[in-house]
Amino acid sequence: MRTALLTASFLTACTVLFAAPLSAAMQITGAGASFPYPFFSKAFYAYGQQHGDVFVNYQSIGSGGGIEQFTAKTVDFGASDVPMTPEELRRASSSGGSVIQFPTTLGGITIAYNLPATVRGGLRLTRELLAQIYLGRISRWNDAQLARLNPGASLPDLEIVPVNRSDASGTTYHFTDFLSRVSAEWKSRVGNAKSVQWPAANGIAAKGNEGVAGAVKQTPGAIGYVELAYALENKMTQADLRNRSGRWLSCEPATIKAAAATKPTLSATDFSIVDVAGESAWPISGFSWGMVYESPADRPRARLVHDVLTWLVTQAQPIAATLGYVPLPQNVASLAVRQLDRMKVDGR
Amino acid sequence: MLAGLLFLSVVVGIFVELAIKSAAAWRMFGLAFLWHADWNPVTRSFGALSMIYGSVVSSAIAIVLAATVGVLGAAYLADLAPRAVARPLFATIELLAAVPSVVFGLWGLFVLAPLMRTAVDPLLRHAFGFLPAFRGTLFGTSLLTAGIILAIMIIPTVLVLSYDVIRSVPEELREASISLGATPWETLWRVVLPAARGGVFGACVLALGRALGETIAVMMVIGNKPAIAPSLFAPAYTLTSVIANEFAEATSALYRSSLFAIGFTLFVVSMITNAAGRFLTMAVWRSRRGRGDER
Repeated sequence: MRTALLTASFLTACTVLFAAPLSAAMQITGAGASFPYPFFSKAFYAYGQQHGDVFVNYQSIGSGGGIEQFTAKTVDFGASDVPMTPEELRRASSSGGSVIQFPTTLGGITIAYNLPATVRGGLRLTRELLAQIYLGRISRWNDAQLARLNPGASLPDLEIVPVNRSDASGTTYHFTDFLSRVSAEWKSRVGNAKSVQWPAANGIAAKGNEGVAGAVKQTPGAIGYVELAYALENKMTQADLRNRSGRWLSCEPATIKAAAATKPTLSATDFSIVDVAGESAWPISGFSWGMVYESPADRPRARLVHDVLTWLVTQAQPIAATLGYVPLPQNVASLAVRQLDRMKVDGR
Repeated sequence: MLAGLLFLSVVVGIFVELAIKSAAAWRMFGLAFLWHADWNPVTRSFGALSMIYGSVVSSAIAIVLAATVGVLGAAYLADLAPRAVARPLFATIELLAAVPSVVFGLWGLFVLAPLMRTAVDPLLRHAFGFLPAFRGTLFGTSLLTAGIILAIMIIPTVLVLSYDVIRSVPEELREASISLGATPWETLWRVVLPAARGGVFGACVLALGRALGETIAVMMVIGNKPAIAPSLFAPAYTLTSVIANEFAEATSALYRSSLFAIGFTLFVVSMITNAAGRFLTMAVWRSRRGRGDER
């Protein structure tokens, strides 16, 4: 009996020990932004189905976290809604060599709110009013300025609770980029960064896009900025914004695409597409970026990473469309592929 | 002895590491770091005051509630309850101690916070609204909710330890009291609990230490706002939540160093709390032993 048990455990140990290196070779890890996480999650699952033995594990820990882990070389690729700053680039380069940054997806940030069902969806907000709300200057929903814009809606006498991110995020970066362009007071008082000091007295913070979505859903009178996919997934009521050209728009793939189209040349140093002057351009749109080392230490693995990421920016894009993201425009996808081909992999 | 030395070296190692990594923040802000309420990653101005406030107040609420419920509950289970009731109740409460923090957090976010916002907070505001602590907007995720969830988490600690202490009070004291004509309730209140005072106090301090260090559950229900507001219904931030929320993404050196400084502060506060608790417990125990020797 005892020998049988010993043999069994020995065989199990052998299997585990021999299988482990095999399974490690087939797992690619990435970490970073929560903005594209729904898309990555679905896409990598599909990739796993197609390429049976390759498993891509992406952790949505925030743009800042993604850059940290990428610099520390604990992951194969990172993702961030904002390309790295010169300081971050310097740290990453001294850690693992030249960095390649490429756009992975295009998305929009929508403004979701929680008001009684009597107030219909599509509440109208001007860009300036949105800034005022987040500055804490407009604190109640039945404020005269809001009522004037929405004569039909009977806005309740409820406190506005602006929800923001508690963790550093690229979503916050795009949103504060937008607010800085729209309000001089915001630009001087708060600024544009992945993590800021939020001025509104009645605000609360939550972790991740999913946290903000949850907080808005749980708190009556809350308003928050979330990536469109999260708002759609959670069936949240979204506001209409008036863009720079003066048109009232809702956040949807068509309007996000229009914003991207206003910038034919895109690079890691010139990437902002918020508040652009396009006719039907959604004012809070942004690309999300991936990053990978040009010469990773493990060459065979680099080939796998290269293939996965190239697939992500080309064939996986239709998957993005099913979740409310916008597939990368053709010229941007080609740019991404060209960037990825700089990777030094096996056989080059 | 080896185990003891190993443990000691780990503790000292943590202290030294925290001190080194937080040096930049201490150099930049000095001791004023502890009473600055600013937390601004853009202008790189950091201060721990709002987190210290959040930690202290939420833990204070927790220990007040937990001590009341825990000690009285332990007294009931030890002396007054019939065996058939005491045993299953005790087992259930011990089970509560095994629930993971994040599960408490989830429950707090989806059950307790809405309950607070819709039922409890309005009642409190109605009854005590004349106090600044009970005024203002009701968010659900607030300092008060965090305090309550911490209380629920540390009640098992207080109760189980108090139970042991109360049971260890010599039976002669109880017998003497009853023989003098006291009721069980009077015995409990006037003889047993005062005798168990030192140990119970020690249990409370231990539970306080746990409350100060609790991270995930608090992070999910406190609102994560680095600001000090007089109202208990307002969101707040704790020393533990800020580290859990922001450490992974703190990209500037000063930001990281400031988070280490917060960790250092937390470490020191926990050490002081525990040391104070032990000292007081020892003092009471020593004095009781002295009196006992005279008998």
